[in-house]
Amino acid sequence: MAALRSSASLLLGAASRPVLRAAVASPAAMRGMAQVVDGQQQSQTASGDKANLKTFQIYRWNPDTPTEKPKMQSYTLDLNKTGPMVLDALIRIKNELDPTLTFRRSCREGICGSCAMNINGTNTLACLCRIPAEDNAELKVYPLPHTYVVKDLVPDLTQFYKQYKSIKPYLQRDTPAEDGKEYRQSKADRKKLDGLYECILCACCSTSCPSYWWNSEEYLGPAILLQSYRWLVDSRDEKTEQRKDALNNSMSLYRCHTILNCTRTCPKGLNPGLAIAQIKKEMAF
Amino acid sequence: MRLSGLQKEVLSLYRQCVRECRKKPEASRKHFQVFARNEFEKNMGIDKRDFGAVEFLLRKGRRQLEIYSSPGVKDIK
Repeated sequence: MAALRSSASLLLGAASRPVLRAAVASPAAMRGMAQVVDGQQQSQTASGDKANLKTFQIYRWNPDTPTEKPKMQSYTLDLNKTGPMVLDALIRIKNELDPTLTFRRSCREGICGSCAMNINGTNTLACLCRIPAEDNAELKVYPLPHTYVVKDLVPDLTQFYKQYKSIKPYLQRDTPAEDGKEYRQSKADRKKLDGLYECILCACCSTSCPSYWWNSEEYLGPAILLQSYRWLVDSRDEKTEQRKDALNNSMSLYRCHTILNCTRTCPKGLNPGLAIAQIKKEMAF
Repeated sequence: MRLSGLQKEVLSLYRQCVRECRKKPEASRKHFQVFARNEFEKNMGIDKRDFGAVEFLLRKGRRQLEIYSSPGVKDIK
């Protein structure tokens, strides 16, 4: 999209540029998922043709040359020609500056969880993270911390998915539905799932948890425990006791020391810390 | 020669590969052996103290072994 925009503005020339930019900028401003709303959009149109340069330092590592050490590579972009989010900038770098840059992306609206990465020291989704325009400081982009890197910004989430599989994330029950059609649930029971079902498994929270860093083999981590709790409180699930038994050891659940990095970092605004506390409470009584 | 822990891990991975080759059908067994040998020889030149690179290649090798050792894989080019 970024490439399209810059080439279009080249074609149409300088005179029509502000009009074009306003037309392009308004749908970006309507993106519902972006939580930060500020005057950046206006300043972008107002600053006109003056280049607003920003440097991105991006972690690079190529598995084809394993003896080469990972390095930080700098790219400079004009923010006036780039979309508002970090993902827009990454896509533009890949399109125009360096096609070898590798990262995962898909929906660009915070639904798929593919573009999770460490931006300026915080795990977040690149598509939901605005490029900070106030200062000219360099923006640093790393892959998710304490994950094996597949290439550049792509982390290896095999272990994470394996753990997700281990909690059996599906409805388990033996009795058929009363009317033979569907498993019904009261409104109150459905409400318990709010704040849990929205999790997109981007792994931002798990990879921000020091406990998970040191014990990722055995400790499930906040994302998986949040999902665990989602199945524990589901009124339709009948294997609650077995699920609890599976968590009842010193590693799976109790490595959580309520550091709450998970809650602080979650790009969807969920609260894995609370879910873990609820599991602990249910296990205690 | 005294081997470091990392070197022992590499050797053990190679042994695992050779063992897995024996489970393959006789007609294509040679192909698997040549392939495994080649994968190791490609990276012969890496310094034994370059832990990061060796550990990465070990992980990669284990993953490859896991995939190729499934009974569905009958031949390799």
